[in-house]
Amino acid sequence: MEKFAWLIPALPLIGFLFSIFFGKKVSKTVVASVASIFVLIPFILTVAIFIPFISVAEAEAIRIPLLEWINIGKLTVNYSIQLDQLSLMMMLVITGVGFLIHVYSAGYMHDDDGFHRFFAYLNLFIFFMLVLVMGSNFLMLFIGWEGVGLCSYLLIGFWYKNMDYNKAANKAFIMNRIGDLGLLLGIFLIYLRFSSFEYSRIAYEAIDIAIGDPIITTITILLFIGAIGKSAQLPLFTWLPDAMAGPTPVSALIHAATMVTAGVYLIIRTNILFTLAPFTQEIIMFVGLATALFAATIGLKQNDIKKVLAYSTVSQLGYMFFALGLGAYTAAYFHLFTHAFFKALLFLGSGSVIHAMSGEQDLRKMGGLKKALPITHATFLIGTIAIAGLPPLAGFFSKDQILASAFAHHPVLWIMGVLGALMTAFYMFRLYYLAFHGSFRGTHEQEHHLHESPKTMTFPLVILAVMSVIAGFVNVPEVLGGGHWLDNFFTPLLAGTTLILEENVHAHLSHTVEYILMGSSVLAVLAVIFYARIRYKNNGHVPAEDSEPMSFLERLLSKKYYVDELYDSIVSNPVVKGAGLLYNYIEVNFIDRIVNGVGQLVVLSSRTARFMQTGNVGFYIFAMVIGALVILAANTFLH
Amino acid sequence: MLTIAFYILSALTISSALMVLFSKSPIYSVLWLVICFFSITGHYILLDAHFLAIVNLIVYAGAIMVLFLYVIMLMNLNKESEPQKPVWLKFASVITGCLLMIVLAGALKGYSELPPAAITEDFGTAKGVGKVLFTEFLMPFEVASILFITAMVGAVILAKKHVND
Amino acid sequence: MENITQFTGALTINHYLFLSSVLFSIGVMGVLLRRNFIIIFMCVELMLNAVNILLAAFSRYNGNQSGQVFVFFIMVVAAAEVAVGLAILVMIFRNIRTTDINALKNLKW
Repeated sequence: MEKFAWLIPALPLIGFLFSIFFGKKVSKTVVASVASIFVLIPFILTVAIFIPFISVAEAEAIRIPLLEWINIGKLTVNYSIQLDQLSLMMMLVITGVGFLIHVYSAGYMHDDDGFHRFFAYLNLFIFFMLVLVMGSNFLMLFIGWEGVGLCSYLLIGFWYKNMDYNKAANKAFIMNRIGDLGLLLGIFLIYLRFSSFEYSRIAYEAIDIAIGDPIITTITILLFIGAIGKSAQLPLFTWLPDAMAGPTPVSALIHAATMVTAGVYLIIRTNILFTLAPFTQEIIMFVGLATALFAATIGLKQNDIKKVLAYSTVSQLGYMFFALGLGAYTAAYFHLFTHAFFKALLFLGSGSVIHAMSGEQDLRKMGGLKKALPITHATFLIGTIAIAGLPPLAGFFSKDQILASAFAHHPVLWIMGVLGALMTAFYMFRLYYLAFHGSFRGTHEQEHHLHESPKTMTFPLVILAVMSVIAGFVNVPEVLGGGHWLDNFFTPLLAGTTLILEENVHAHLSHTVEYILMGSSVLAVLAVIFYARIRYKNNGHVPAEDSEPMSFLERLLSKKYYVDELYDSIVSNPVVKGAGLLYNYIEVNFIDRIVNGVGQLVVLSSRTARFMQTGNVGFYIFAMVIGALVILAANTFLH
Repeated sequence: MLTIAFYILSALTISSALMVLFSKSPIYSVLWLVICFFSITGHYILLDAHFLAIVNLIVYAGAIMVLFLYVIMLMNLNKESEPQKPVWLKFASVITGCLLMIVLAGALKGYSELPPAAITEDFGTAKGVGKVLFTEFLMPFEVASILFITAMVGAVILAKKHVND
Repeated sequence: MENITQFTGALTINHYLFLSSVLFSIGVMGVLLRRNFIIIFMCVELMLNAVNILLAAFSRYNGNQSGQVFVFFIMVVAAAEVAVGLAILVMIFRNIRTTDINALKNLKW
C-alpha cells in the first residue's frame, strides 16, 4: 500500500487544479464532490496504510523517496515521504477532519459566489498540510509550512471585498512571517550543525550530543519561535482571533484542527532536540501555560461566538505547548488529536448557528436555539462537554494526561492547569447557555428565519460528535483500566528522547494520587458548569452592550488586555511614523531629488547630444569610416 | 615580364580609379570606372581566373556600367552641377582615406611569402569553376536565382511611376 | 586553356594585398569626398572590386577554386544590389530633384 502514498498529497493538488481551472465551468455539485472525493480517497489510503502499520509492534518508519530535488556538492535533498507513527496520525486527522469539513462546506458555502475558489483553496490547503506532515526532511516541512500559511491568508481574506477581512488576512500573514523567520533560521542552523535536512539523520546524530549544548538550544529556540507564530502562542497570538474573518469551515479546518497544530507537530517531530535543550523546554512550558491562562481569561468576556472559540483554541494550543514543555510529547499529541475533533465540531456547530442566524455572530442576539436546531444543539453540547473535560469524553483523557504530567513536575503547575481548565469549562458553558437556552433575543426576522442546517452540514457534525466521544479511548490511562495505547504506539518516535533521559518519559504517579487529581478536577469542573448554568440559563446575566459602563477588569478582558493596542503603539505606530518621517524628509528631499536629478540630467544631455544626429547621410558615412578605421587600427596595432 | 604586366595594369587601375573620383562630370566618372574594370579583368587573367575575367567584363563593365549610364542620362546629370564640399572636409576625407590605406596595408602585411600553389589544368576555366559551382555550391547558386527574381521585381516596383501620383 | 602565368616568385601575394588596399581606400575616399550619390554608389562598386581581386589572388595562391566561386557570387549580389539601388536612387531623384546627399536629412531625430 505504501507505494501509493504519493497519491495522498497528489490528489488534493489535482483537486485544486481542477477547481481553479474548471470550477467555473461545471456545476457547484461537481466542484464540491470532486473536491471532497479528492480528500476522501487520501483518507482511505491513509487508513489502508495505517492498519497494517499498527499491527506491527514498534514499526519502523517507512521512507519513500519520490524525486530528486536539490543535488549540489554535498547537499542532497529529495522530495521524499516519511510514514511513521506521527505523520500517519496527523494524516488521519488532516484527511479525516478535512473531508468532513469539505462536505460541510458544500452546504455552508452553497450560496457564495466564490464557491469553486473556496474549494480550490481548501484542497490546496490539504495538499500543503499533507506535505508538511509527510515530508521526510525540514525543507519539505518548510514548503508545507509556507504553503499552509498562504492558504490561511487566502481563506481568511476569502471575502476580499471587506477591507477588515483583508486586514485580518494581512495580519495573520505578517505575524506568521515573524515566526517563519525563526523557523528558517532554525533550519539553517540545523544544516550547519548536522549537514543534513533529514529527520532520520538528525535523530541519529543527536543521540551523541550532550544535554544543554548551546547550538542545540539555539536551534530549538528558533524552531519554537516558528511554532509560536504558526500556533498562535504568546506573544504572536493576536492574528488567530482576527482570522475568524474567514468562513467558518476555514476556522474549523485551518485555525482549529490542523494548521495551528503544525507548531506542535514540529516540536514532536524534533523531540530529541528539545529533550537536549532543557532551557528551551522551560521556556515552552511557561509560554504555553501563560498562553493557556491568558487566552482563557479573554475568552470569559467575548460576545462573538467565533471569538470565544478562537480564544479557546489559543488556550488549548497553550495546553499542548505546556505539555511539550513538560516533555510529555505524547500527551501533547493526544490533546492535539482530541482537540481536532471537538474544536472542529464546535466551530462547525457555531457555523451552523451562524447559518441559521443569517450571519449574526453576537451571542447577545441569540438564545433559545435549542428547539430550532436540535441536531446542532445536541452535537454542540457534546463538543462543549468534551472540551470542558468531563469523562468519558475525549477532552477529559487528554487534559488529564497533561495535568498528571504537570503534577509530576510541580503541584503548582497542576493548579494553574486546572485553573485554565475551569475557565475553559466556564466560558464554553456560558457560550452554550447563551446560545441555546433562554429565549430568543434577536430580531423578529431572524427568529422567523431560524432553521436546522441541511444534511451536508449536520452529517459532519454527527460524525465529529461521535469522534469527540470516542477519540479519548486511544489513550486511556492505566488507572482507569486502559492500556496507554497511544503511549505505546509512539514509543519508537520518542526512542531517542527515552535513550537520552535513560528513563521513560511518561509521568509515574501512584494510582491513589491520580484518582485524587482526576476526581478533584472533575468535581471542580462540574461546580463551574453548575455556576455557569445558574448564571446564564434562561437569559440571566446576558452580557451588556459594549456602550454600557463596565468595571476595569471587565473592560480589560473584553478589550483583550489591550494587546492589539499595545502592539499598535509599540510596533506598528513607530514603524508607520518612522516610515512617514523617512518619506517626508529622506525620500522627498534626498532620494527623489537624486532620482529626478538623474532623469533631468539625461534629458538635458540628450537635448544637447541629439544635435550630433544631424540626419546628414554624408556625415554618417564619415563617422562610420572613422569608426571602422579606429577598430581596425586598434585590432592591428594593439595586439 | 609578368611583373611588368602587373605593374602596368595596377597603374592603370589605380589611376583610372582616381579619375573616377576627380572627374567633374558623372558621365566621365562612369567611363573611367569602365576602364578601371577592364584593367581589373586583366588582373583576373594574370591570376588564372579566366572565367571570372569574362564574367567581370560582361557583368560589370557591360551590364552594370550601362545601367549606371542609363540612370545618369535619365537624370540628365551630364552638367557639372554637383555642389562641392568645403575644402577642409575634402582635406579630411583624403587624410582619412590615406590613413585607411596605411592601416589596411599594415594589417595585411603578415602574409608576405606565401608560395603559389600548384594548379590543375582547368583551374579558373569555365569547366573548373563550373564543376565547383554545380557540386559544392549548388544550393547557394539556386538561392542566388531567387535573389535575382526578388531584385528584379523590387527594381521594377521601385522605379515604376505610380499611377496615382 | 594553357596557363598564361608561370609564377617565378617575383610576384607575391603581397603585391595583390597592397593593390587591393589602395583600391579599397580610393573607394572609401570617394565615398567621403563626393556629394553626388551616383558617384558614391560607383565608389562602393570600386570597393567591391578591390575585395574581388583579393579573393581571386588568394584563390590562385592557395590553388582553391572556391575563392573564384565566391567572387562569382559577389558579382551576382552586386548586380542585384545595383539594380535595386539604382531604382531607389531614381525614386529619390524624382522626389527631391537633386543628387546631393546633403539633401537627404530626414534621418534626423
